[in-house]
Amino acid sequence: MSTETKVELDKFIVSASPHIRCDESISKIMWSVNAALAPAALFSIYNFGMPALKTMLLCIISAIAAEYLILKWQKKAMVVNDGSAFLTGLLLAMNIPATLPWYMPLAGSVFAIAIAKHTMGGLGFNIFNPALIGRAFILASWPIAMTTWPITTDMVGKVDGLTSATPLGILKLQGYEKLVQHFGDTATMYKSMFLGVRTGSIGETSALLLLLGGMYLIYKGYIKWQVPVVMIGTVGALTAAFGGDPFLHMMSGGLILGAFYMATDMVTIPITTKGQIIFAVGAGALTVLIRLKGGYPEGVCYGILLMNCITPLIDRLVRPVKYGARR
Amino acid sequence: MAKSFHGGIHPDDRKRFTASKEIVIAPIPEKVIIPMRQHIGAPCSPIVKVGDLVKKGQMIGEAQAFVSSPVHASTSGKIVEIAEYPHPVFGSCTAVVIESDGQDEWLLGLPLQRDWQTLEVSEIKEIIRESGMVGMGGATFPTHIKMAPPGEKPIHTFILNGAECEPFLTADHRVMLEQSEEIVTGMQIAMKVLGVNKGYIGIEENKPDAITAMKKACQGISSLEVIALQTKYPQGAEKTLISVICGQEIPSGGLPMDVGVVVQNVGTVVAIANAVEKGIPLIERVTTVTGGAIQEPQNLLLRIGTTFSQAVTLCGGFLQPPVKVIMGGPMMGMAQRTLDVPIIKGTSGILALREEDVNSGSERPCIRCGRCVDACPMGLIPSMLSILSERGAYAVAKNEYDLLDCVECGSCVYVCPAKRNIVHYVKLSKAQNAVKR
Repeated sequence: MSTETKVELDKFIVSASPHIRCDESISKIMWSVNAALAPAALFSIYNFGMPALKTMLLCIISAIAAEYLILKWQKKAMVVNDGSAFLTGLLLAMNIPATLPWYMPLAGSVFAIAIAKHTMGGLGFNIFNPALIGRAFILASWPIAMTTWPITTDMVGKVDGLTSATPLGILKLQGYEKLVQHFGDTATMYKSMFLGVRTGSIGETSALLLLLGGMYLIYKGYIKWQVPVVMIGTVGALTAAFGGDPFLHMMSGGLILGAFYMATDMVTIPITTKGQIIFAVGAGALTVLIRLKGGYPEGVCYGILLMNCITPLIDRLVRPVKYGARR
Repeated sequence: MAKSFHGGIHPDDRKRFTASKEIVIAPIPEKVIIPMRQHIGAPCSPIVKVGDLVKKGQMIGEAQAFVSSPVHASTSGKIVEIAEYPHPVFGSCTAVVIESDGQDEWLLGLPLQRDWQTLEVSEIKEIIRESGMVGMGGATFPTHIKMAPPGEKPIHTFILNGAECEPFLTADHRVMLEQSEEIVTGMQIAMKVLGVNKGYIGIEENKPDAITAMKKACQGISSLEVIALQTKYPQGAEKTLISVICGQEIPSGGLPMDVGVVVQNVGTVVAIANAVEKGIPLIERVTTVTGGAIQEPQNLLLRIGTTFSQAVTLCGGFLQPPVKVIMGGPMMGMAQRTLDVPIIKGTSGILALREEDVNSGSERPCIRCGRCVDACPMGLIPSMLSILSERGAYAVAKNEYDLLDCVECGSCVYVCPAKRNIVHYVKLSKAQNAVKR
């Protein structure tokens, strides 16, 4: 008996099953999120003019440059075109005022990519949403600039000066009546908030366009509807419980932007749907507490970042129901 | 509304290449390479030697261990070699090579004409064992063991697995259309052996003609019922199939018999019917030869021991060089390194895949998107299993993340946007845990 193994090596790939895969990829997801943000981003150029475009380009380019250099330096696979650094830059820009001097968005963007993302190990390993860390970094470093808001294109000629308070700012400092007066009447206020003709961070204003993009992402299966619905719903319900105007709060600040595009950042939120719902409730509740009881007019950024902290804990405790334990 | 289960995926089933093609009986190969191990369990010992003349259906490998299954000559001819040969599952294995004499002559007395109803249960069990029956869906567990559950595990339900949820494969589909009578006979025999009076035939809805054919074949037999199942992978995995049909889940680490169920594959019950009624051992099977790289995909009735390259030639050869050749389905089948491997009892399909069929891409870090969690029919967190395996935390995977409950169906890998080889990691972790114990 011959013990020689008659093996002819053909040129087939030999790997573990399965041997077919769906055609989703990280870059498809990231670029889809960028595409979903595009309408709101374009609207911001109309709303705030060229400074918005300049800030967005600044953030995106510096995020991509930082990512490129770090990947190069660490000799990692060159994945700078996967859309994730672009997304961090775009999201950061959409979360800050259009009128910041150039070095602030740049610093925030580099901080987001270098510190929040790459010191943790890069994509997939970061605990906090990089764009929100970038925003928090700018807010902590230049608080005045970060709370000085430009007037919108619509206001030019109608108001004195070049700056205006955000709706949440007016609400915090001057009260609800003053805010309604600011818009004229309640109906106009709701309409302006929904369409986004108001001041605020670059990309947060248009509830309509953000919702449109969000629905596209839900349709594509890239985010779960439960997260934005629960987070925005929690804000509405808690606001009403505290005696505030739920509709105003649901459409103001960065809530819709945050709920659809940052509380859904898969890397930094729990992995199970149940866990994500807990996350959304927590982020919504923290937002309301900060807005109504805290010192800042807006709480979405910190609400989400604080919940990012406990995501690993949620994931340890909230598990899917195992087969064998269902019936 | 067809019954379903938690999780699962909906890949393009790609059965259209062969679903409507009748089973073609392949010509007798000039040479067959018959491995001594075509089942889970101990290998057989050859009971023939080089130079012997054998007849079709003659036993050539004897199963001495309990968990084993004998092998038989798939055609008549001369034993020309007994040596190590490439094997589609075990890498390599002792095989008996028969050079066909072209006569394809049966062993004296075969085929028989036997009425299964007159046979005792013990006789049928012996026939099943002697005929080398194994699960033909791919797992190749010896059938005689499955058919003799221990007394403390009473069986009340028999399920025929006609789900065929693997994309590309249509062998079971065609057998259900063309051999529905034999299937019913085989089921009745199996149910008699198990002492069961309820039998279900589970078929995915993407095979409406098979559902109709099996319903027709079951007419007037009150103990049999055809169940339409939602088309969703892995509908045909034993655990999901049982939970869908019986509404009962197998406890962790358990077997179907723990919930009183025995599941058999379509091909297996036909083989049982042939063995019991005609005395024919398991020497041939229907295999779907398909994939984007195959010239003319077909369902072939092939002799055990036919090489993959012979089967591919029967289908007109390759359209283009395949990047991957698989035995079985694309989700759980095994990648082959050569076409010199023979068809064995568990070869449900031969797939020759092109780059665009495979759609692999390079692996990236997990972005925790949770798609794998939603797809996992076992309710596990596949992403964590892969990450823990990467870190070498095999024990944590086993103790805290239910590694051993993973059935390796591959749904998680299919949906993963980071192209992570989760099943690979799971296999590694399982092996590492087995070593450390």
